[in-house]
Amino acid sequence: MVEIIGVSYSYDRRRPILTGINMVVPRGKVVAIMGISGSGKTTLLRLIGGVMKPTTGSVIVDGQRTNELDRDGLYRMRRRMGMLFQFGALFTDLSVYDNVAFQMREHTDLPETMIHDLVMMKLDSVGLRGAHHLMPSELSGGMARRVALARSTALDPSLILYDEPFTGLDPISLGVTRNLVRKLNDALGSTSIVVTHDVQEALDVVDYVYYLSGGKMVAHGTPEQMRASTDPLVRQFVWGEADGPVAYQYPSRDFREELALV
Amino acid sequence: MERSTIDLWVGLFVVAGLGALTILALKVGNMGSLTGNETYSISAQFTDIGGLKPRAAVKSAGVVVGRVADISFDGDKFVAKVTMNVEKRYKFPKDSSAAIRTAGLLGEQYVGLEAGGEEAMLLSGDGIKPSLTQSAVVLEKLISQFMYNKAAEGGSPK
Amino acid sequence: MFNRGAIINFRGVGHHTVDNVLRLGFATRFLVLTILHSGTCFRRMHLITRELYYTGVLSMIIIVVSGLFVGMVMGFQGYQTLKTYGSESALGVLVALSLVRELGPVVSALLFASRAGSAMTAEIGLMKTTEQLSAMEMMAVDPIARVVAPRFWAGVISMPLLAAIFSAMGVYGGYLIGVVFIGVDEGSFWAQMQSAVDFREDIVNGVIKSVVFGIAVTWIALFEGYDAPPTAEGVSGATTRTVVTSSLVILGLDFILTAFMFRGI
Repeated sequence: MVEIIGVSYSYDRRRPILTGINMVVPRGKVVAIMGISGSGKTTLLRLIGGVMKPTTGSVIVDGQRTNELDRDGLYRMRRRMGMLFQFGALFTDLSVYDNVAFQMREHTDLPETMIHDLVMMKLDSVGLRGAHHLMPSELSGGMARRVALARSTALDPSLILYDEPFTGLDPISLGVTRNLVRKLNDALGSTSIVVTHDVQEALDVVDYVYYLSGGKMVAHGTPEQMRASTDPLVRQFVWGEADGPVAYQYPSRDFREELALV
Repeated sequence: MERSTIDLWVGLFVVAGLGALTILALKVGNMGSLTGNETYSISAQFTDIGGLKPRAAVKSAGVVVGRVADISFDGDKFVAKVTMNVEKRYKFPKDSSAAIRTAGLLGEQYVGLEAGGEEAMLLSGDGIKPSLTQSAVVLEKLISQFMYNKAAEGGSPK
Repeated sequence: MFNRGAIINFRGVGHHTVDNVLRLGFATRFLVLTILHSGTCFRRMHLITRELYYTGVLSMIIIVVSGLFVGMVMGFQGYQTLKTYGSESALGVLVALSLVRELGPVVSALLFASRAGSAMTAEIGLMKTTEQLSAMEMMAVDPIARVVAPRFWAGVISMPLLAAIFSAMGVYGGYLIGVVFIGVDEGSFWAQMQSAVDFREDIVNGVIKSVVFGIAVTWIALFEGYDAPPTAEGVSGATTRTVVTSSLVILGLDFILTAFMFRGI
C-alpha cells in the first residue's frame, strides 16, 4: 500500500530531518512507526500524507508517487485517506455530529437522511452515538479523540494515519483506542500506520514495527522480534531504560568545570 | 446556532445597512432632486467669477434650476466662460440676465438667473447676452470703493 | 559601527525590513489565493451568511452606539464653534459632511478592526494551533476556500453597511442634540444639509472608502491569523498586530483616498 524508497527530507540544507528511509507497508496491516520525540516520525507521516514532499527519494501511496501529484491529485489521494491528529483537531465551531458529517457534506452529494444514518453508524462504532449533539469543548480528551477517529473514517478510507493516538490518555481510554485501531482496520479492510512512542500499547496491537532514531531507520521487525532484540538502541526504547545509546544528559560541559571545582 | 436564525439576523443587518445608505442618499444628500432630470446647456461670460466653482447651484427666484457644469477662460476676449446645465422643464427668455451671487454673507457662490421679457427662449448652446451678466462682487473692491468714498467725503468741503 | 553597540542597529533594521517585505509578498499571494478560491463560498452562500453574522451583526451594537455618540458630540462641539460665526444653521452641514466623508468610513473601520478583525485573527490562529486547518487539508478540503474566503467576503460586504449605519446614526445624533436639545432650526438643519451633501461626491466616495477599508482590514486580520505562530503567544501577538496594523493602514489609506477624491473641493 505504501512504499518509501530512499527518502530524505531536510527543512534547510544544514539539518536533515530524515535520511535514507526505506519502508514498506503491506495492505491490510497495522504498522507502527516508533521513536523518541524528535526522531522524525511526524515528518514521515506528513510525507506519506503528501503535506510535504521528500527532498530525495519517493513516497509511493497506492501506486502513486506523491511528488508527482498536483494539488488536485493530492486531494483525490487524500479522499481515500483518513488522518487522526494528536489531540483530535475537531472543528470547535461544529458539533460532534457536524464534525463527523463534515467530509460527507463536502465531498459527496448524499441526502441529509443518509448522512444521518452514516454519522450514527460511525459514532456507534466508537461508542459515542449518544454524544452526537455535544460540542467539542464539552468532550473529554479520550472522547474527543474517539470522535476524531469516527470523523477520519467517515468515508471508509483505505489508508488510516494515526499521529500519536495514545498520548495523554487514561488507561481505560488507552485500551479502548488500542482496540479501535485494530477493529476499524480489520472491519474496513484498510491499512493503518500508527506513529507513536507508546511502546506497550503499540506492540500489543500492530503487525510490524519500524523504529526511527535520529532521522534514520535503525530497526524493524514484528513485535516479538522487537521485544527480543539485543540491539542496545532498541532495548533502551522498548524497555524504557533511562540511559543507554540515547544519552541521559543533554550535551554539556564537564560538570566539575561547570561548578568551577576544577 | 440554527441556520435559519443566523439567516434572519443577517437579513436584518443587510436591510439596516442598505436602509441607512438610502436614508443618507435621500434625506441627507441631494440625490432626490438630481435623478432623472434632463438638462440643456447655456453659457454666460463674466469678467470675474469670484469663488464660483463647478457644480455650484444655478438659481432663479431662489430655487435651484440647474448646476454649473464647466468654467473656462476665453483667451480671445479675456473673460470667464461659465457653462450651465439647466433642467429642461425651465425655459428662460433670450434676454435673461445672469449674476454671480453669494449665499449669505460668507457663503458659497451661485449663479442667479433673472428672466427677461422676450418671447423667444434660450436654446441649448445659447449664450446669455454679455451685457446682461453681472460678475461676482469681490470683497476687496468693495472695501477699496468704500474707503475711496469715505476719503472723498472727508475731503470735500462741508 | 555596524554591530550591537551602535545606537541604531543597522543590521537589525535591514533584517527586519527584508522580513517585512517577504511577509508582504506572502500576504499578497495569500490575498490572491483567497480571491481565486472564492468559488466555493459563492456557490454555498450559507458559508458567507454565517460569517456575516459574526462580523456584521455582532458589530452592530458598537457601531450604532458609537455613531450616535459621535454625532451627538459633533452636535455640541459644532454648535459652539458655529455660533461664534453666527452660522448655527449650518450645523446639519457640518455633522453630515464630517460623517459621510470621513468619520463614518474611518471610525467604523477602526471599530471593525478592533472587534471583528481581532476576532477573526484569533479564530484562525487558534484553528491553526489546534491543527484544525491541517486536519481540513488532510480531508482534502482547502482551508483557504472553506475558512478564509467566506470571512473575507463577509468583511468586505459588512464594512460599507456598517459605515452607512454609523453615519446615519451620527446624523441622527447630531439632530438630537442640535435641533431637539439645543434648538437649532429644524428646517434649515436638513435643508442646508441636503444642498451641501452631494450624492456622487460625498456619499459614493464615502462608500468607496469603506469598501477599500473593508478589504484592507479583513485581509490583514485573516493573514495575521493564518500566519500566526501556532502557540498562545503567537496568536495573541497576531491579534495585537491586526489591530495596530489595521489602524495605521486605515488612516494612511484615508489620507491617500481623501487627497485623491476631494481634490477639487
